[in-house]
Amino acid sequence: MNLETGPLTIDLLHLVLIAAVIFLVITVIRINAVTKAMIKTGTSTPVEPSANPEPQPQPQPQSEPEPEPETPIEQPASAPTVEALNTDSALQLLGLLQKESRFIDFTQEDLTDLSDAEIGAVARLIQAGSQKALAHYFTLVPIASELEESPIEIPVGFDPAHYRLNGNVVGEAPFNGTLIHRGWRVTRCELPKIAQGHDTTILAPAEVEL
Amino acid sequence: MSEHNQTRYSVGIDLGTTHCVLSYVSLDEANASPKVLPISQLVSPGAIDALDQLPSFSYRPHSAELNPGDCALPWQEQNTTLVGTIARTLGSKTPIRLVASAKSWLCHGGIDRRAKTLPFGSDDEVAKISPLEASAQYLDHLRAAWDSQFPLSPLKDQDVTVTIPASFDPVARELTAEAAKQIGCEHLTLLEEPMSAVYNWVNACGDDWRSQVSVGDIILVVDIGGGTTDLSLVAVGEEEGKLSLTRIAVGEHILLGGDNMDLALAYRVKAKLTEQGKTLEPWQIQAIGQACRDAKEALLGDSDIQVVPITVPSRGSKLFGGTLRCELTRDEVTQVLTEGFFPLVDISESPRQSPRSALTQRGLPYAQDPAVSRHLAAFLTRQKNALDSVPAHEEDPFAIFAEPLGSPVTTPPPSTEFIQPSAILLNGGVLKAPRIKARVVQLINQWLMQAGAPEARVLEGADLDLGVAKGASYYGQVRQGKGVRIRGGLANAYYVGIESAMPAIPGMEPPLEALCIAPFGMEEGSIVEAGEQTFGLVIGEPVHFRFFGSSTRHHDGAGALLSSWAEGELNELPSLTIELPLAGGRAGDILPVRLSSYFTEIGTLELEAVGLRADGTIDSAQRWHVELDVRD
Repeated sequence: MNLETGPLTIDLLHLVLIAAVIFLVITVIRINAVTKAMIKTGTSTPVEPSANPEPQPQPQPQSEPEPEPETPIEQPASAPTVEALNTDSALQLLGLLQKESRFIDFTQEDLTDLSDAEIGAVARLIQAGSQKALAHYFTLVPIASELEESPIEIPVGFDPAHYRLNGNVVGEAPFNGTLIHRGWRVTRCELPKIAQGHDTTILAPAEVEL
Repeated sequence: MSEHNQTRYSVGIDLGTTHCVLSYVSLDEANASPKVLPISQLVSPGAIDALDQLPSFSYRPHSAELNPGDCALPWQEQNTTLVGTIARTLGSKTPIRLVASAKSWLCHGGIDRRAKTLPFGSDDEVAKISPLEASAQYLDHLRAAWDSQFPLSPLKDQDVTVTIPASFDPVARELTAEAAKQIGCEHLTLLEEPMSAVYNWVNACGDDWRSQVSVGDIILVVDIGGGTTDLSLVAVGEEEGKLSLTRIAVGEHILLGGDNMDLALAYRVKAKLTEQGKTLEPWQIQAIGQACRDAKEALLGDSDIQVVPITVPSRGSKLFGGTLRCELTRDEVTQVLTEGFFPLVDISESPRQSPRSALTQRGLPYAQDPAVSRHLAAFLTRQKNALDSVPAHEEDPFAIFAEPLGSPVTTPPPSTEFIQPSAILLNGGVLKAPRIKARVVQLINQWLMQAGAPEARVLEGADLDLGVAKGASYYGQVRQGKGVRIRGGLANAYYVGIESAMPAIPGMEPPLEALCIAPFGMEEGSIVEAGEQTFGLVIGEPVHFRFFGSSTRHHDGAGALLSSWAEGELNELPSLTIELPLAGGRAGDILPVRLSSYFTEIGTLELEAVGLRADGTIDSAQRWHVELDVRD
């Protein structure tokens, strides 16, 4: 007789929720490498060309013309480099998630003694806020368009960054397998620009009412 | 048009009560369609985002409140003016420093609109600004955002159309034009918002608009924004074999909009929580309002959602414990919004003037009756003769309508109790909700059905949030002759009050007569003389005139003198002042003048006093500007 079966399902929901958000944070930190430079220079550069209206040539007060996303591959092929990322936009995103969805507050809570109903009510809030924030700053699309748990063929010359092969990985492409997870990729990342000297380590200021 | 050679864009600015939108279209490119400029703005201290809408708020920060570096804008490092999203965000927690609804204050005759009064009623320590300055701040932000995007085509050189409510009085129009000139606009036009919505619809339909309406149609434009409800009627006629549009009537200024609706829902939820024995703090009510706004969208959508939970977490870092929970059901939203704001009333009902509800706030003259339905009914009833005003053409398409309105002796048949629109154009964020939209259409069609008239069609293809701005930039193309122009002219007739000459009787004011100085429908760029009436003005002393406007008297020509009028036909506006300079003669001398009015190309009304020679002829060299008083 397990009296705790009921709550388990909802707890699972929360775990999935937390896992999803953390996954997204990590995703963003990854693409950070591409976007950080532009955010600091003040040119919000979407991963995909956006509908930004720039129909006329801008004079170039700064010497830098139209910054192309830098490709790390073009660096000298000496020793493989592992870059330390600029942390600003990671911190910025944490701040945004806190602002829109109380994300930091939520992850820092001890949920042990709380009822599932209480957690459930707050979880809705976190989910709604995170969803709104993510939709505003990112466009997320699945990598695979097939249905999950259905057969999929991975063609010759596929990009291993896009498809992770698991299990009985033998033979040559094309591979035939089952799609487990569709994957996610970001096609647009437009974080707010940050003012020079803005302290991004302050995710949320202490609030004082007078 | 030669001075316009440098102009490359037509820019439309929707200077809204709660949001501003800037749209633009190239004038060099044929068939270019209007685009909306993403407006860079501070969204929180130190963070800048580009959004389609600039919230019309200004925040007056305390000197120690923010790091100077966190207020920088892409085009201005040393910035102290906080407008847009950041102002709304900061102001939600510190309302005493928030300037909101500046536009409503701009047309509030009860205050001096150049005086530094906003935020209204706040502590003296808060640096106040005038409604005019606030509007100029929003416009200036838009200008800077534009100039940084189009450095080669600064806004001052573009054709700029700023939209205003059709119900704006001459002073509010003048002040809006002044705010636009302060930011350097040299080619400025004012356009009524409902007309802009029609332009947007025409543009969005392309040539197809001609198949959606036909001669004799009357289009009712219902524009319900965040803060105001604006109504207009546009008649479809024919000119040289082509369809033409004429704006035949505008409604009165109704301070009633989406914000009222969110507030009403918040109070409904608050009442529910109070019933459960919970006491709420102001910040919680505010947070509920925010949550209700989202819940409303879900519940008024097309989906079958019946219940949306409303959760307000504690303010502290501990999410649990102080969390308020409640639900908002579809029935409640229907009851509060659909029945509260859009009840199915009879066409004969008019807005109630009875006790002020909890929705009012000190200061602004908010509509007392929250029922948009009754305002709409009153408008259609008041304008029952509006078609009459359409100038008769050789083949008057409206002749069939005009017939029962001819003689005042016969009792009009029931069908003329109100003007019957045959098409409806909806605009404004509130009407995005499918259920509210459906209710408005149902309401109007109920009235039409009862009068035995066919149902009105809903004109589709409008962009409810950004449409006004887009229509305004399209209007710039139309002004260049590329498209159909809506004829409108002056939306009201204007009068000055003259005391009748009669022996003084104690305890009785001399009866007032009204002299029409600017007739309804007067065209942009035209000047009229207000008849033969001569006024004797004392040189060097300011003379005040009572000033009136009428949205229903469409037939009074300039110079018409009214000795009586029906209740509510004339609305008193802030008075006029004329002061003749000493240069005109010796102080104390009385100089005979006549009044004339000029409806400028910009869309403002200018009044002048013209001097008369001794022989009674007009001395064109002697002209003085008549001030529209900005204070009551």
